[in-house]
Amino acid sequence: MVASAQNCEDVDRLLAVLPESDAAGRARFAELGFPASHDEDWRFTPIKPITELDFTAAEADVSASFEGCAFTEIDGPRLVFVNGHFSEGLSQIGNLPAGVEVRNLTASDLLMSHETGDAFAALTAATFTGGPFISAADNVEFEIPVRVYYLSTGSEGATANVRGYISAGANSKLTVLESWTGTQADYFNNGFTELHVADNAHVEHLKFQDEHAGAFHVGAVHATMGRDAHMAHHSIALGGRIARNNLRAHLNGTGVEAVFNGLYLPRTGQLIDHHMVVNHAQPYCNSHEYFNGILDDDARAVFHGRIHVHKGADKTDAKQTNKNLLLSDNATVNTKPQLEIYADDVKCTHGATIGHMNDEQIFYLRARGLNEVTARHMIMHAFAGEIVERIECIPAREELDLLVWKRLEEGGDK
Amino acid sequence: MLEIKNLEAGVDGKTILNGIDLSINAGEVHAIMGPNGSGKSTLAQVLAGREGYDITAGSVNYNGQDLLELGPEERVHEGFFLAFQYPVEIPGVNTTYFLRAAVNAVREHHGKEELDAVGFLKLMREKIELLELDESLLKRSVNEGFSGGEKKRAEILQMALLDPKFAVLDETDSGLDIDALKIVANGVNQLRRKDNAQLVITHYQRLLDYIVPDHVHVLVDGRIVKSGTKELALELEERGYDWITAVQAA
Ligand SMILES: Nc1ncnc2c1ncn2[C@@H]1O[C@H](COP(=O)(O)OP(=O)(O)O)[C@@H](O)[C@H]1O
Ligand SMILES: [Mg+2]
Repeated sequence: MVASAQNCEDVDRLLAVLPESDAAGRARFAELGFPASHDEDWRFTPIKPITELDFTAAEADVSASFEGCAFTEIDGPRLVFVNGHFSEGLSQIGNLPAGVEVRNLTASDLLMSHETGDAFAALTAATFTGGPFISAADNVEFEIPVRVYYLSTGSEGATANVRGYISAGANSKLTVLESWTGTQADYFNNGFTELHVADNAHVEHLKFQDEHAGAFHVGAVHATMGRDAHMAHHSIALGGRIARNNLRAHLNGTGVEAVFNGLYLPRTGQLIDHHMVVNHAQPYCNSHEYFNGILDDDARAVFHGRIHVHKGADKTDAKQTNKNLLLSDNATVNTKPQLEIYADDVKCTHGATIGHMNDEQIFYLRARGLNEVTARHMIMHAFAGEIVERIECIPAREELDLLVWKRLEEGGDK
Repeated sequence: MLEIKNLEAGVDGKTILNGIDLSINAGEVHAIMGPNGSGKSTLAQVLAGREGYDITAGSVNYNGQDLLELGPEERVHEGFFLAFQYPVEIPGVNTTYFLRAAVNAVREHHGKEELDAVGFLKLMREKIELLELDESLLKRSVNEGFSGGEKKRAEILQMALLDPKFAVLDETDSGLDIDALKIVANGVNQLRRKDNAQLVITHYQRLLDYIVPDHVHVLVDGRIVKSGTKELALELEERGYDWITAVQAA
């Protein structure tokens, strides 16, 4: 399909301001263009607010602060990117055990090419200015979480492209905590993280996203998993005017355990979108996807989850749920759980619910002396807690529990 | 303690309570019996402040206050308690956390300091023993996955923790085997004092062998059609509700 003239113009405007980079990648992005408004994958998420931005290249900024960031009380190595640029001053790597590498990445680090993924992915491959390189060699169990901060101070179309590479060797262990925050409206962050989990490795990857409520965010995580790999990805999505998460998982070995666990709490004027495809390519793998959202005012959310069980992936056990709690009649959720099964003897379930606060539960709590606001918070917190409690890294879980509770108390006091 | 006068209430234009008069003094236990659908739970829910019922006439005076003017939680702060016929499951809300929040909400209202985790646990252990409840229930979500009997016992545990002045027990006996019934009745009896009162709603006479009432009222079609002593309950058990309805019709 030929992209529209407007689309080509938007693509050119963007490429014109971004730093010189990989020519093939730029060509690939130009060829794909931004997704068209009738693109099925973007049916419920308007792309125009992004393509109409007055693009500029996001610039390095030494004045950035950690305000509003998560995980600042946790010890261990941290990589900091300000407006997409590696900040040596803010990053702290410290002494790492043999076999663990934590640094800013370079083009030669990437395994996935600009051919992988959609136009936004191609854009990161072609024009990224930095990103985390985190790896654990075979048999290295690194118990300390590695933190990655993406701080944004830009505004008015400031565009940052970042590219992350996380790799856990065979029998290794790795925990990565990401925090995305920003201070001004109208910047655009486009990130892509490739995540390789080798045979029998154990990886927990947590993305906390609380971008400015007027900012734009497209973030992809593409994960590949080997035999008996254990992988948990958590998406705690609070921020952004439009925040899109593209999650792709390839279960390439037998015996994989994969968990995708997400919570979205958009406020008024925000839209948070999770678009997930889990590919079961081998037999005897389990994947569980749990996504809960709480929406107030005119907030919107989109969930698309496809589990694709390829031929030969027999004995697959895949379970997907998407639950939404609407606090207002003006909030909107578009949810589309899908199963595509080409294998035998599989156990696959999916379900989506959209509901309001349960009056009987509220009354029961009030009939025990709790006021209505507290009762509502308790139920919201429980709903969010189902997701938060799956986080394995205890200090991160405890912090996010408090953070989510605080967020719920700020909104929804009606 | 509680004075209900000519209380009429209904839903969507349908009258369920048809002019109830009932007066309960401190130190008394009253029982309300009646066939299914006679309005027993509606009375309990209206007293507890459940929204959705239209109160079309009457008044409820509770220790000098207009009970119907208070929100559900305010009634609890003033010592009112309802043990639900159907306790609600609240997935994700931890039982201990919930109970402590409830106890502290009432304490706060009375200007008492909050119970910390340790202080609360001590209080709870006492009460839980009284009801022979398995402590592991407290680690679970509120009522979630509890058996029928566990739910009812958990209601009485909550009653014991909140130590109400006036408690309504809505069919707390249904779904209990005889041993559980004795435990629950024993728990309730231990909470009985000169300065509090209980209204026990039941379909069967059986419970009243263990929680012995001072007064028994029969509710039919939203009206108290007969009041008497505990012997009335025995008579109802023997002759059924049809007898009393027939007397009414005559
Ligand atoms: N919220 C409600 N909406 C509609 N009908 C109701 C509602 N609550 C009670 N009723 C009706 O009122 C009558 C009395 O019900 P209830 O008070 O539950 O009786 P009991 O507890 O004595 O069995 C029944 O006919 C019931 O269907
Ligand atoms: Mg009833």
